[in-house]
Amino acid sequence: MSGSEQESTHRTIERVARESYGRLVAYLSSQTRDVGSAEDALSNALVAALETWPRDGVPQNPEAWLLTTARRSFIDLVRHRQVAEASEPTLVLLREESKDMTLSPEFPDERLKLLFVCAHPAIDPAMHTPLMLQTVLGLDAARIAHAFLISPTTMGQRLVRAKTKIRDGGIRFEIPQERELPQRLDAVLEAIYAAFGIGWDDMAGVDQRGRDLAEEAIWLARVLLQLMPGEAEVHGLLALMLHCEARRAARRGPDGRYVPLSEQDCQKWSLSLN
Amino acid sequence: MQFALLIFESPEAFAVRNADENDPYLGAWRAYYKALVEADIYVGGNPLQPPETGTTVRLKDGKRRVQDGPFADTKEQLGGFTILELPSLDAALEWAARCPAASIGAVEVRPVSPEYKGRVTG
Repeated sequence: MSGSEQESTHRTIERVARESYGRLVAYLSSQTRDVGSAEDALSNALVAALETWPRDGVPQNPEAWLLTTARRSFIDLVRHRQVAEASEPTLVLLREESKDMTLSPEFPDERLKLLFVCAHPAIDPAMHTPLMLQTVLGLDAARIAHAFLISPTTMGQRLVRAKTKIRDGGIRFEIPQERELPQRLDAVLEAIYAAFGIGWDDMAGVDQRGRDLAEEAIWLARVLLQLMPGEAEVHGLLALMLHCEARRAARRGPDGRYVPLSEQDCQKWSLSLN
Repeated sequence: MQFALLIFESPEAFAVRNADENDPYLGAWRAYYKALVEADIYVGGNPLQPPETGTTVRLKDGKRRVQDGPFADTKEQLGGFTILELPSLDAALEWAARCPAASIGAVEVRPVSPEYKGRVTG
């Protein structure tokens, strides 16, 4: 395989990983509540993809390939942890499902449930945003820690603790009941907006990582809108973020100083985002 | 799955136990217990004697250290526990909020750990 072909394979893996990460983690963990193992399994599958795709070519349905590989890895991981007794129903479930999977590459999108789990009131509110960034978008703890101005080790530990609570605390992957929905949806929206705020606070724009976080937040809002197209609040949040984002290039002068909206150079506003 | 509701009560709430049958807190508990049984989620549970009847034991360097009183000396103390069979944490939080102790003390919700029990007793 030539260098450019290899590069394009890598790009494919990156794109599939980015687009499918949250869906795969959500689906793998929705049955077992074990988000940590789902992430580990998906990482293993991505490593396998990096090894085999450049050699054998990209499979016809990359997402289904990743899911099958991750599922096998998931079963190995759970078995390895020797909690076989309690997890036997889980393993049976996974095995049974994998039979269907070979017939159809389609699997349900459980990301919305995952978002609600991440922003569950039983989870420390300070961890809602980091959990979403990690489980739905696949950001690593070090990058999240950087944005939240705490040490990567501490962030890593907090994420692990939150995932343990999700696994063992009895938090179900489900859409909240109608009575609770407004409050629970608020928590999800707040967490998304917090990510955007952190990216936005990086005023000088010198920190690419901060800027990325604003983009990740917009991505999350788009995912949420796609899952709940009828919710006005979701539309509102996305519109607000796009409105700000479109003016990003104009909000700072060349000297890095703040430029009020009335004095901004409209030429710098993004037409596509407006 | 099973959830334990750990009932934390203030000294005032503990004192109610010596009050007469018409006390509203006791009445609320009777109604709560009835609701749990009617919902068919009640697995078990018991009130505990007041914290001052507790004795804390530690083994240090092979020696038994016995201390009068509960493990942590805080205003609200563990006053009892209820085990419920429920599908999710949300359902458990719902029932915990209805518990009379939630409005004057606190209720901690903890999943019961069956697999761990199996490893110890099996």
